[in-house]
Amino acid sequence: MGQAQIVIDQVSHCYRPQRGREVLALDKVALDVREREFVALLGPSGCGKSTLLYLIGGFLPVESGRILVDGAPVAQPGPDRGIVFQHFALFPWKTVRGNVLYGLERAGMPQRERQRRAQQFIDLVGLSGFEDSYPSHLSGGMKQRAALARTLAFDPKILLMDEPFGALDSQTRSLMQGELLTIWQGSPKTVIFVTHDVQEAVYLAERVVVMSARPGHIKAVIDTKFDKGETDILKSKSFIEKVDEIWHLVRVEAIAAQGDRLS
Amino acid sequence: MKQALIRYLPLVLLALAWEAVARFELVSRLALPTLTDVAVAWFDLLRSGELLTNAADSVYRGAVGLLLAVVLGGLAGVFMAFSRAVNVLLGPLVELFYPVPKSALIPITVFWLGFGDGSKILLIFLGCMLPVTIGAYNGARSTDQALLWSARSMGAGRLRVVWDVVVPSALPELLNGIRTAIALSFVLLVLSELIASRKGLGFMIGLFGSGGVYDAMFATVLTVALLGFVADRSFQLVMRRALAWQG
Repeated sequence: MGQAQIVIDQVSHCYRPQRGREVLALDKVALDVREREFVALLGPSGCGKSTLLYLIGGFLPVESGRILVDGAPVAQPGPDRGIVFQHFALFPWKTVRGNVLYGLERAGMPQRERQRRAQQFIDLVGLSGFEDSYPSHLSGGMKQRAALARTLAFDPKILLMDEPFGALDSQTRSLMQGELLTIWQGSPKTVIFVTHDVQEAVYLAERVVVMSARPGHIKAVIDTKFDKGETDILKSKSFIEKVDEIWHLVRVEAIAAQGDRLS
Repeated sequence: MKQALIRYLPLVLLALAWEAVARFELVSRLALPTLTDVAVAWFDLLRSGELLTNAADSVYRGAVGLLLAVVLGGLAGVFMAFSRAVNVLLGPLVELFYPVPKSALIPITVFWLGFGDGSKILLIFLGCMLPVTIGAYNGARSTDQALLWSARSMGAGRLRVVWDVVVPSALPELLNGIRTAIALSFVLLVLSELIASRKGLGFMIGLFGSGGVYDAMFATVLTVALLGFVADRSFQLVMRRALAWQG
């Protein structure tokens, strides 16, 4: 077991809406993530899993507790932590190529090198031929491929994924899951993957972190290492049992979350 | 071609009606010279150089005023959207100044800067700034947070993000604001030149009007209309180009 790359230590987070009461989104969360580990954050909506991701990304200020990445406290966003959002967050005024180039330009990569690298990642996600298309002309799946290429291209050590396949239809979603896994196996990065889909979490991740309903804290951490290369893993007995086990944990929280919303 | 013909057919009909009404003196020739007389007057003005020099003066005033309004108004709007301090400082001023008829400022700008270019430029700048500011403000405020975060995570600094993400996000509304400003600039330009100027197209209109040279007056009015039309059409083209990504 390698040393932790990301240390999350007693992190709490409060949202203070302009009107209304403040909401405790995260309550003393502690978690270590190793280098090149694929971790899923799983929980009902509103459990603070995305908040935790945004804190690691440096998009929200860490006000209580601390988050270390490679030993240094997170202060702001940076290219060591790439992010992929549910709704793609592509720059709509840039073509696929322009989007992928953006991070490389910011990194100051020489022109020829960045053209080559952009093409390499556009090819990797299967968008060859769409380099000059604007996002508005792409399907949801293609948009997310472009967003993935954009983030992978500038080679962040850590990949933060915020329900990246949540807005896709189910066929595209399972296709993308398989491709993400292949890409990750090809060049492992640390991945923190937020989802509320149990099967997706078990299929992709090596560890699934189950979070409770609001205020979010960690309810269980479950090892989900399988031989992911195996065909028909989704139908294997051990996989189904694992999904079942985690589903029971999540169900209670989903019900609690719903009750919370009704009250 | 056929489409263009249909599109401009009403204009042709209007021109024919004008000619007919004036030629058969359905209204007094004094009130409405024939279109052909107006055309002759227009060519005379063109040949004498009067039209071009005065048009150049007007275009210069309008362009400089607009440019200032677009740059400063756009900056103000974008920073109002992203800085609480700037918003607190400028927000009430924008609200207070918005409903003021900018034509009321003509005597003030003349009092400050005299009858020359300065007062016209200042007036157009003041009058055209707010639509641009409001467009930029609303556009910038609608910037998607995820886009800002994406850019930041790719290594863009805070100021860089304004230029790379906020400005393009604001562009559709900003350009609409500028289009309004262009139309407004013509109003203010002609009005201020009519009232207090010794050159420019507005000045010519007033001069010919008071001197009873009605065909020349109409010719100059039509020139202003044509300039406005060309300005708006060209800007629409620019908009369509700049927003091609909207698909």
